[in-house]
Amino acid sequence: MATYTPSSPIDHIGHGHKPPMPPAGGGDDGRSGGDAPNYGARLRRARLGLICGIATVCMVFISLTSAYIVRKGLPTFDGASNSYVRDWGRVDLPWLLLAINTAILLVSSITMEFARRKAAREAALAPVKSIPGVSLGNERSFPWLGITVLLGISFLAGQWLAWGELHARGFFVDTNPSSSFAFLLTIAHAIHLGGGMIALIWAASASLLRKPVESRRIVVDITAWYWHFMAVLWIYVFALLGFAK
Amino acid sequence: MATPASVHAHAPQGFIRKYIFSLDHKVIGIQYFFLALTAVFVGMFLSLLMRIHLIWPAAVLPLVGEIKPETYLSLLTMHGTIMVFFVLTTAPQGGFGNYFLPIQIGAPDMAFPVLNMLSFWTTFVGFVVIIAAFFVTGGAPLHGWTGYTPLSALPSAGPGEQLGADLWIASIAIFCIASLMGALNFITTTLDLRAKGMTMMRMPLTVWSWFITAILGLLAFGVLLSAGILLLMDRNLGTSFYVPLVVVNGQIMGHKGGSPLLWQHLFWFFGHPEVYIAILPGMGVASQVLSTFSRKPIFGYRAMVYAMLSIGFFGFMVWGHHMFMSGMSPYSAFAFSILTMCIGVPSAIKTFNWLGTMYKGRIRFHTPMLYAIGFVSLFVSGGLSGPFLAQPVLDIQLHDTYFVVGHFHLIMGVAAIFGIFAATYYWFPKMFGRMMNEPMGKLHFFLTLAGTYAIFMPMHYLGMAGQTRRYSQFTEVAYQQKLLPLQTFMTYAAIITIAAQFIFVINLFWSMFKGPKASDNPWESTTLEWTTATPPPHDNFGGVTPVVHHGPYEYGVPGAPRDYVMQTDPATSTTH
Repeated sequence: MATYTPSSPIDHIGHGHKPPMPPAGGGDDGRSGGDAPNYGARLRRARLGLICGIATVCMVFISLTSAYIVRKGLPTFDGASNSYVRDWGRVDLPWLLLAINTAILLVSSITMEFARRKAAREAALAPVKSIPGVSLGNERSFPWLGITVLLGISFLAGQWLAWGELHARGFFVDTNPSSSFAFLLTIAHAIHLGGGMIALIWAASASLLRKPVESRRIVVDITAWYWHFMAVLWIYVFALLGFAK
Repeated sequence: MATPASVHAHAPQGFIRKYIFSLDHKVIGIQYFFLALTAVFVGMFLSLLMRIHLIWPAAVLPLVGEIKPETYLSLLTMHGTIMVFFVLTTAPQGGFGNYFLPIQIGAPDMAFPVLNMLSFWTTFVGFVVIIAAFFVTGGAPLHGWTGYTPLSALPSAGPGEQLGADLWIASIAIFCIASLMGALNFITTTLDLRAKGMTMMRMPLTVWSWFITAILGLLAFGVLLSAGILLLMDRNLGTSFYVPLVVVNGQIMGHKGGSPLLWQHLFWFFGHPEVYIAILPGMGVASQVLSTFSRKPIFGYRAMVYAMLSIGFFGFMVWGHHMFMSGMSPYSAFAFSILTMCIGVPSAIKTFNWLGTMYKGRIRFHTPMLYAIGFVSLFVSGGLSGPFLAQPVLDIQLHDTYFVVGHFHLIMGVAAIFGIFAATYYWFPKMFGRMMNEPMGKLHFFLTLAGTYAIFMPMHYLGMAGQTRRYSQFTEVAYQQKLLPLQTFMTYAAIITIAAQFIFVINLFWSMFKGPKASDNPWESTTLEWTTATPPPHDNFGGVTPVVHHGPYEYGVPGAPRDYVMQTDPATSTTH
């Protein structure tokens, strides 16, 4: 029969319909482990999940890139000339508009980083602030998250304009394989960035709804790293469309 | 301090939150299990229709009517897709992985419970979407589970290639998203939520198998998702990623320049790891059960871990062996061939270690043990034909014949199913608090083992004789007449084997309500799930966190008071 020996009680069991909070990481792999959940452990867990998510998105874009390279190199049979020809074509991308969009996204990445650092500072100072009689003075509060949301919306609006411009120049998703990939890659990036926008709005609302400062910091931290990844991914997509024409 | 009583008080009470949209990994695991059980009966019914049609092509079946050749292709497409995705991927990982991974590492739940619930319900939506393909105009698609282009990319290519094919692709895409959410959760949980003392090398091999499977899923399903999106675009937006200049019924299609091989590369980059996604959890369960019922430590624990890791690693480098017939460079074929045969090495290590575990063991022949032995048997039988198919010169002869069908059904299909059965009979007492009926379980095992061999072994001979797969009728072909008796035998074997599965279903449901009450550790096992109550409470361990002092398979330890040492037993000088 079982000889289970209870060792250490946990003090964070389920709350209402929610499952019990998982404990901090365990094993004997050099981590503290085994104690009640804490802010650091939750942050580490969320970052680990984010790394897995980023790995998935990377695989999606790696496979699209491989398709891009293969399709670009393929000849197709031309009945008129009775020979194999390249049908890749070229796309007249709205470079200026895309460059402005790139700049907007990069600036948003910087503002997001400021938001992340601000949230981290608030979380670090929260215990000090809670001590009666201790004041840290009137710290200037700049709405970095709100600015990032606006910049994100501007980027997506800019991409919308770029797609419209492509249509105006006669390039549609089925015009040639090159235009197919131009739409596919930029829209795929926009969809992923849209996910980041939802996370951003969630992070901003967490701030407005006065969620616990630690929870807010975790949301902002994860969103920030994802947002940076989206900026890097966009530069990759932009370079692929620009240099592998 | 929390007590076990207070833990129960915190468990959700409402029916919807407790049983439908539950965040509890155990409930979600059971939801996955029953989804897979439903799917396997749908898939099995389709295979029965196929087997009947092959022998009696003019038969008019109740409810189904006469099966036309194109209907046969729809049946095989849906059979393969449902079985691969909604059974072989869903049950071992989503079902048992969800239920037991957190408990076996000493965690109260998955790392992201909401994501876990979303993952299940997304899978459920995917299943509903694929079933819907049967009922739309034109019916279900007929391009096979591999969805080869250009057939799958042209709505005018056949009756099932219209809306049915769109639903098929949508279902796969939805399934990919669900699996990615699940994989993320499994990896994070394994890395971050282990109890104190549960080092990586103290994790049960089941946990290792779910962990490696999750990594494979994380890297593979994204590729299939991309491939599916390109396919949807070719079908609906007029792009030409996969479709070359093609004529259908005398009409030139609007595509040109696409490559059908591009789909094959993307699909098989996912498709081959998918084989290991299906079989690795079975390997973990077999290791767990063989050690428990042999009353011996698993032979070569570290070798088993490294073998699984290398199988997963090589699994991403061999996709080209599915494409030897595609006209690839002989040098590429050579590389894929060598890499494929390399997988034989870790597979042989695992087989050797399973046999080593049983050697001189005090074997208890309970039903889970029978199924684990059956798993090893099928893994060897199906695996031995792998090196044949890995060689391009042989594959050219055997490709698209019944030899391939027999090979992958034994190794990927039935072996994985035996892993699921072993897991069901082994963990049923913990999941439902009651024991399953042993005589019924053993009868089910022997009928299923004999039945599956009777169905799939003859397929190797048919293949070597040149009988092609995917053909709906052989009865009218003169040179195939000599092979018909074997096909007829297989159909009768299939009918008997499928009938035998009702023994399992009756046993399952009868035991859930009427089976004898199970103790907390009826098999005298060592891992953490057997240290807690049966069935486990809401937080798994009743308000305490376990501390691990031992490896997962300490059986027959000299000097120990019993012939096994639980992972949570206090450390003593007699054990390590």
